[in-house]
Parts: sequence; C-alpha cells; structure tokens
Amino acid sequence: MAFTLYSLIQAAILCVNAVAVLHEERFLSKIGWGVDQSVGGFGDEPGIKVQLMNLIRSVRTVMRVPLIAVNSVCIVLLLLFG
Amino acid sequence: EDFDNHSYNNFNNGHGNIFGVPEARAAPPTADSVLFEDTSSAAPAMNNQAYYTPGYNMGPPTNDMQGGTGVDNLFADPMANAAMMYGSSLANQGKDIVNKEISRYVSVNKLKYFFAVDTRYVLKKLMILMFPYTHQDWEVRYHRDTPLTPRQDVNAPDLYIPTMAFITYILLAGIALGIQKRFSPEVLGLCASTALVWVIIEVLVMLLSLYLLTVHSDLSTFDLIAYSGYKYVGMIFTVLCGLLFGSDGYFVALAWSSCALMFFIVRSLKIKILTSLSSDSMGTGSSAKPQLRLYITMATAIFQPIIIYWLTSHLIR
Repeated sequence: MAFTLYSLIQAAILCVNAVAVLHEERFLSKIGWGVDQSVGGFGDEPGIKVQLMNLIRSVRTVMRVPLIAVNSVCIVLLLLFG
Repeated sequence: EDFDNHSYNNFNNGHGNIFGVPEARAAPPTADSVLFEDTSSAAPAMNNQAYYTPGYNMGPPTNDMQGGTGVDNLFADPMANAAMMYGSSLANQGKDIVNKEISRYVSVNKLKYFFAVDTRYVLKKLMILMFPYTHQDWEVRYHRDTPLTPRQDVNAPDLYIPTMAFITYILLAGIALGIQKRFSPEVLGLCASTALVWVIIEVLVMLLSLYLLTVHSDLSTFDLIAYSGYKYVGMIFTVLCGLLFGSDGYFVALAWSSCALMFFIVRSLKIKILTSLSSDSMGTGSSAKPQLRLYITMATAIFQPIIIYWLTSHLIR
C-alpha cells in the first residue's frame, strides 16, 4: 500500500467532511448523541461517549467555514486535472 | 514568550566554560545554557576548533597572495560593495521574517529541546533501543518542573534519532531496491512518503485515543512523534540483516527488533500514561478505567512490529 501525502490529505478531507455532515437535530439527537445529552458528570471524568460528542460538535463548529473553501478548491482542481 | 526571547539573547554571556563533567546531576544549569553548550569531552571540542581555524587562516592569506590588485578589485567598486551589503541585509530580514512565521506555528524552544543531544546520549539510546532488557530506571527526570534535556537524561525522548533514522531508512530502501534492480527515483519518493504518512497516522490515532480517554499526561505531539520515530532504528537493523543474511536473517532480525521495540515502548509509555493524573480533580488516584490505558499502551506496542514488517518486507524478496 503506497501512500502519498496527497492521499493522506484526501483521506483527511473526506473524514472531516463526514463529521461535518452529521446533523444535530435530525440525526444525533435521535441516536442519543446530541449535545443536550452530554451535560452531566461534573467532577467525574467525562467518559468516552461525552468526549466523542464534544469532539464532533467542536469539529462541526470550527471546520464549517474552512471546509466550504477547501471543498470548493478540491472540486475545481478535480474538475481541471482529473 | 518575551521572557524566552530575552533569555535567548543572553545565552552567551558569562558561560565561557564548557559544561564538562557528564555524570554531574546535582545542579543542572538553566535550560538555555544547557541547550547551547557542548557537553562532549574537551578533545572533540578542541578538534572542532582546530578544524575551524585553518579555514579562517587560509582565507586572508590567499587574498593577500593575490596581491594588492585582488583586494583593490574587491573594494574599489563601491557598487558591488553596496550591492553585497544590501543583499546581506535583505537576507537577514528574510531570515527574521521566516523565524517569526515559523515560531507562530511551531514552538522553536520546544523543538530545540528535542535536538539538544550529544554523542554519548545517542550511543546509549541506540543501545537501549536494541537491548532494553537491562535498563533499570525508566523515569524521565525533571529539574524544577521542566524536563531535563536529552543531554542530561537518557530517558528523555529526542527527535534527532528518529529524523536521522528516517533518512537512513530511505537511503537503505534505495540501496535494497537497487540491489534487486528495481530502483527508480520515484520509488524512493514513494517509500519516503509512505513511511511519513504511517507516522502521521499513528501519531493522530494516539492523540485521538489519549484525548478520548482524558489522559492528561505530559505527552506532547513532539513526544509522540519521537516515540513513534524510534521504530525506524529497528527497521534499519532489520533491513540490514535481511540484506546481509538473506531471508532467514531478515526474520530473525525482525523478531529481535520487534521484541526490543515492544519492550521499550511499553516501559516508556507505561510511566507516562498509566500513572498520569486523570481529569478527576478530587484526587481519588488513577482513573476508573486503568485497563483502557493499558490497552492503549499494548495497542501501540503491537502496532510497531506490524508496521515494521509492512514497510520492510517488500525490500527483501
């Protein structure tokens, strides 16, 4: 399996896109992963599920706008250069 | 940060003596002077100076031997002089700008800590990487809350060995492919980027798992890069044995370096991960899930032989 740095960047963009697409009300609350269900455990350590939900929410918040730019650039490059 | 810049500017004041005795652990000096002093024995230092002075001595005499005309040519043309000085000032400005930009993303102080090594440390660390079973004390020593540099503490992770080992591995891969007449420059680049990508993936997975389990250890990103780069030493050893002794030597060396590397990783990371404070501030000791931390350490250790085999088997057919 020969990786190039370009394939790593592609994989990273795809993963971040996948995380950013998870909708808060339509999907995550339905399966019990919404942010309103993560408040709880003060003092005790948060646990894996809470950490994961926080991670998803923060990735969505931070990467929404840069992802628009990165995706547009990717689309243009792939259209031009295949 | 301002404090750090000031201490950098003062590093060569009042520290004229070479920091000598390697075994002195009583009172290490401040981090700045240790980072920049040469702790190898006095003889190599004097050899270095002896190498440098002939260069300086040969410079002016040759200029003089060209006679007055050479010197006149150099200084008689004010335009060339002015251009040279303008160019050097431009270069200095460019250097300052690059330094400023780089220090915004990567903390240069932290990076310099990882490259503050000397030959004694490198030799001992390589020995420990290949034969860690007799090493007794795996704790990283601290000095007033800052970890000691690799020069003073053989357990401290460094980035010099992984970088050099990575480059040596790429060169060895080129040699191995050339012996089998499968060499071309693109393959070399492909090998390099594959190895680099695997290191990046491993560091990202480690960071993610440490974050998810709220392990508040003092493992920074550079520490993880260092620990994950130590496997290149095992890879070099394996590929060398495979080239010299054929397929049997390859598997024997693979088994040996896998066991040594697994032992090294488990012992080094066990101290840092398993005994770190959990996010529970009430101080009830280690976290409620110590077995998950053990799983992380075990998974990291088991990943090493897999990746060594994956990245080196195609070089030994």
